[in-house]
Amino acid sequence: MSSSNGAKTLFEKVWERHVVQAETGETPAILYVDLHLVHEVTSPQAFSELDARGLQVRRPDRTYATLDHSTPTTPPAADGSRAYVTKEAESQVATLERNCAKHGISLAGWDSDDRGVVHVMAPEMGLTQPGMVVVCGDSHTATHGAFGALAFGIGTSEVGHVLATQCLMQRKPKRMRVTVDGVLQPGVSAKDLTLAVIAEIGFGGGSGYVIEYAGSAIRALEMEGRMTLCNMSIEAGARAGMVAPDEKTIEFLRGRRHVAKGDLFEEIARDWLSLATDDSATFDKEIRIDGAAITPMATWGTTPDAALPIGAPAPRPANDSEAKALAYMGFDAGRATTEYPVDIVFVGSCTNGRLSDLRAAAEVLRGNKVKSGVRMLVVPGSEAVKQQAEAEGLHQIFKDAGAEWREPGCSMCIAMNGDVVAPGKLAVSTSNRNFEGRQGKGARTILASPATAAASAITGALTDPRVFTQIAQEAKRA
Amino acid sequence: MPEPFKQLVSRTFVIKQEAVDTDQIIPARFLTTTTREGLGKAAFYDWRYDADGKPKPDEPLNMIDASEYRVLVAGDNFGCGSSREHAPWALTDYGFRAVISTTIADIFTSNALKNGLLPITVDKDTHARLLEEPGGRVSIDLEKSELTVGNNPPIKFHVEPFARRCLIEGVDPMGWLVDRVPTIETYERERAI
Repeated sequence: MSSSNGAKTLFEKVWERHVVQAETGETPAILYVDLHLVHEVTSPQAFSELDARGLQVRRPDRTYATLDHSTPTTPPAADGSRAYVTKEAESQVATLERNCAKHGISLAGWDSDDRGVVHVMAPEMGLTQPGMVVVCGDSHTATHGAFGALAFGIGTSEVGHVLATQCLMQRKPKRMRVTVDGVLQPGVSAKDLTLAVIAEIGFGGGSGYVIEYAGSAIRALEMEGRMTLCNMSIEAGARAGMVAPDEKTIEFLRGRRHVAKGDLFEEIARDWLSLATDDSATFDKEIRIDGAAITPMATWGTTPDAALPIGAPAPRPANDSEAKALAYMGFDAGRATTEYPVDIVFVGSCTNGRLSDLRAAAEVLRGNKVKSGVRMLVVPGSEAVKQQAEAEGLHQIFKDAGAEWREPGCSMCIAMNGDVVAPGKLAVSTSNRNFEGRQGKGARTILASPATAAASAITGALTDPRVFTQIAQEAKRA
Repeated sequence: MPEPFKQLVSRTFVIKQEAVDTDQIIPARFLTTTTREGLGKAAFYDWRYDADGKPKPDEPLNMIDASEYRVLVAGDNFGCGSSREHAPWALTDYGFRAVISTTIADIFTSNALKNGLLPITVDKDTHARLLEEPGGRVSIDLEKSELTVGNNPPIKFHVEPFARRCLIEGVDPMGWLVDRVPTIETYERERAI
């Protein structure tokens, strides 16, 4: 599986550093985990398993927890109570609080400024670092691959394995490289690039692979854009997506709380740069995409790879599944998806809930109004994002436009906290999944970028945001 | 620990749809539970129940005797999406012991194997034959890694060898890993972590 000349890929270098016991025909490799992120939804049964066996959490110092999935995004009442969707959701949060206290695990709880969507807050705190193995009971853990970490989602049984041993049993995945060269056009975002990449690979095309994203268009992305891209690797079926660490990675991490300081940081940063894929390393599969050809993208179906440039007609269905997807979405083949009234706009999630995402949405929304009859929800990815956005006055732009400014959490992306799209309603969402019912039973979801979401809120239909961003840029020049 | 899995003979329940994601298998609003039990009622909930929570009478999943249909045959890319282990918990509690498709998502496969739900990937021709005969009989022999569809000759399938051993012999993967903590400690000492 390795290159015959001894050259190694980024993934292989990180993998090899973490092999505790090598893979054999009979048994998988035992892989060490540097950072285990935990949230309330996929952990309770794992803690119960430890309790049943009388086991302790082996490395609480390498375990970090937050509350995000089932938490309400409305502010607490005057008495401090929170509007949980059900008693069960409240009990789930209390269970994580109890488990963390019992096992000595740091929890970014309700009273913490660190709390946020797990894949937003961990990079902010400098917990995520290049060369690490990062896992979490959440399929969007690939987000952390933006730092050159090997990061992937695991099930609850495996959460238990990591809590008990700090290790996982894993077979080595195959290597895929997606190279995107060229300069993205003005008004084209990391999310558009991401949707274009998934459309190219196909929904299951990444199964069994770890993807490395390379090329000039990837290097040109800021860290937050790289996180958006790696985040959705699972939507192409891949376990993980990675970008080699570079100067942008180092500058992002410099000074963050959990990162080394001073000379030690410089020494570690040099090691990070050495993780890059060797020039002559080979991959099991290579895909090339012309970044300059990408325009703003949106989905038309019920899988994330069903994406097309905004304005393109919905395709003629090629099979029963595509016909079912079109019927579910209520779209006619051959008619542009920009022609249907939008009911809900959601800006947020581990894909697009970071400061740069909120800035992009606010830039489009500034001086405009959310169309009457459209509901727009803006949910910052973390307390830190919320505070920074408020310091910049972004919240005021959203509120002035008529959007709701919420407390941080996963919210309408997974729709298990009460923030739901009503049956039959059409949503433009910056999240990561457009599955049937993902945002609520019968909800119809179009995935798009934050700028597209904002533009669509103004017009009340899916809209290419360059209409607004170009006006804004021309106004600035004048 | 699930019951050891050696042989299974059953009728098939067929879902032709491709890319049945884990949000279909169990919608997210059922994930606020803190236990693994009793999720069969939430399996394919939005397919099985109407807006008022009443069972849809024409939904095949509401019509079958689940004890006769232990094998789910599904379209390509089954189990894609979220990492929720609630998906195999729901499927096994409903009554399934095996899933057959052309491709099955990586995380779902890993989760299924830990819960006595055998994921089997087959070639397109075998898959097409299975899709065409809902309710047909299949026989699975995990010790031989063989699947027999109707009266056709058996075909080999692949299951990751360690997971296969865990299923057949009832080996407990967490216990196996915990037994290796001394090796893990050596690794930590060498890396000074």
